[in-house]
Amino acid sequence: MMRKVSVATVVLCCCLLALALLPWFAEKYYIQLFTKMMIMAIFAMSLDLLVGYTGLVSLGHAAYFGLAGYVLAFAAPQYEAASLWVSLPLAMACSGLLALVIGALVLRTSGIYFIMVTLAFAQMVFFVFHDTKIAGGADGIYVYAKPVADIAGWQPFTLENHTHFYFVVLALLVLVYVMLRVLLASLFGRVIVGIRVNEQRMRSLGYRTFGYKLACFVLSGVLAGMAGYFAAAQFGFVSPDLLGWHQSGGVLMMVILGGMGTLNGAVLGAFSMMLLELGFQGLPVVGGMDIGKHWQLLMGGFIVVVVLLLPHGLLGIGRLASRLLRKQEACDA
Amino acid sequence: MDANTFFIQVLNGIQYGLLLFLVASGLTLILGIMGIINLAHGSFYMVGAYLAFSLSQHFGSLWLAMAGGVVIAVGIGLALEWLLISRLYHRDHLYQVLLTYGLILMFEELRSLVFGDDVHGVSVPALLQASIPLTDTLSYPVYRLWMSAVCLALAVGMYLLIQKTRLGMMIRAGSTNREMVQSLGIDIDLLYRLVFALGVALAAFAGMIAAPVASVFPGMGNQVLIVCFVVVVIGGIGSVKGAMLAAILIGLVDTFGKVLTLEIGGVRVLPELSGMMIYVLMAAVLLARPEGLFGKRG
Repeated sequence: MMRKVSVATVVLCCCLLALALLPWFAEKYYIQLFTKMMIMAIFAMSLDLLVGYTGLVSLGHAAYFGLAGYVLAFAAPQYEAASLWVSLPLAMACSGLLALVIGALVLRTSGIYFIMVTLAFAQMVFFVFHDTKIAGGADGIYVYAKPVADIAGWQPFTLENHTHFYFVVLALLVLVYVMLRVLLASLFGRVIVGIRVNEQRMRSLGYRTFGYKLACFVLSGVLAGMAGYFAAAQFGFVSPDLLGWHQSGGVLMMVILGGMGTLNGAVLGAFSMMLLELGFQGLPVVGGMDIGKHWQLLMGGFIVVVVLLLPHGLLGIGRLASRLLRKQEACDA
Repeated sequence: MDANTFFIQVLNGIQYGLLLFLVASGLTLILGIMGIINLAHGSFYMVGAYLAFSLSQHFGSLWLAMAGGVVIAVGIGLALEWLLISRLYHRDHLYQVLLTYGLILMFEELRSLVFGDDVHGVSVPALLQASIPLTDTLSYPVYRLWMSAVCLALAVGMYLLIQKTRLGMMIRAGSTNREMVQSLGIDIDLLYRLVFALGVALAAFAGMIAAPVASVFPGMGNQVLIVCFVVVVIGGIGSVKGAMLAAILIGLVDTFGKVLTLEIGGVRVLPELSGMMIYVLMAAVLLARPEGLFGKRG
């Protein structure tokens, strides 16, 4: 057991080191690509807290992601930059508040109901931005300038610089990862995993499960908001698609693909999904059919195959391999 | 709003509600009986509409297109259940969500490949092109009345099928205890396959009859799917009766949300926020009865 933990830690440290060194070797395009992947990894981890640990399958998680993006767009007056120190907490607070309101309602349900109701409420938020003119309607609005990190005239970093942006997101990724790790190892973490396994039992042990679930829902919404804020800042554009259900379905797929209930899996899933998407989009025209343009067909097929053949995600392959290996050793011995 | 306009809007609301019922009833049956959450249900609605468009051009008649379309839809339903859905019965809802989400992506792209991304119109059959005059200026199209009548007839047929026939009895028994029904010598796999195909056919048929009044466009399935979720949540999972009531309710709320004007504190709320109305209704029902109007408690 000790050996296995240390292997995982070594791999993790190597990945972190590689990410930290990347800007010295990669071109601008790849730095921006990895920034986007890390943002999605934060998003995926926030959902994993709900789906993998607490056992709440939310199909409306993009609402909190997108709302934070819109908050940034509102906080930045046209052609002027918003202050990072004001707009980021504001965006996360708004997402948290939305999660609190929706969570208080949807947590009254469970199972299939929960999935459908989270989706329906997210669609409600979608329609608010899609149908009304408050934020450009279906066309969306531009965030012309990236937020400035100004402390009394001194700027520790500038987000307009893509390398600075990259490191800020990397730092946040590590921060969120460590924070969630600590949280999950605490009593709170034990309780929410207990809720997933058997809520009735936790309740009879005297835990007010509703409060724990709501706290998870809100925290998850706040973290999704953080990811959405930086996604909007990087892209420089927000549209209702940011909170649409394709976004919610996509991030759920990332969590499953990597292997839910493990933070490493969520990050791995986010990275591999984005790379896969890029790979599918880059496919050439074959026999008069533009495969790259219709990449969603391959993505859909891929998802179906993963569900049927890889119920534990990509990390499951590793587990399967190590089990087979151990069996082999047992046979040899 | 005068009495005639009000009357017309009530008819429109009921007609929209009945159409929603056709899609939602399949969804709620598949959920309630088979325990499968099927996100791709909206795609079948879209497939139906596109089949109506292409087959009616091919045959030159919407009637033939509908007949052919239903046969194709049943075929799709049987094949999907056999190939994919049947592998999901013992899996967590999460995987059902994902697999059917993958199916949505595939259906959307296949639609784009086969039919393109344009918006199409389907003409109303000559037999039903007339309108019934109400006043000098207002009239109501016969086709919409026919739609409502067909939906009602199907609803009654479904009720009789499930409540009064031997097949319906087996289906109801299967939803309560799958193993018990199986040990009584009933082919439960075949039964489930039929239920799934029935649901697909209903959704596709709804798409076909809706094609002449609402245009045929990409993404039409997803729009309907979400509204049908709301219908199922309000009505209660597995309850066809609940789906009927909720669908009509939503049809009326949605229709009147779009035509009424409402100001709260000087800010126009309706019709600007009419898209939100049905979700507000859903939230209200969830607060009062989390299991839906006709859902089982527990």
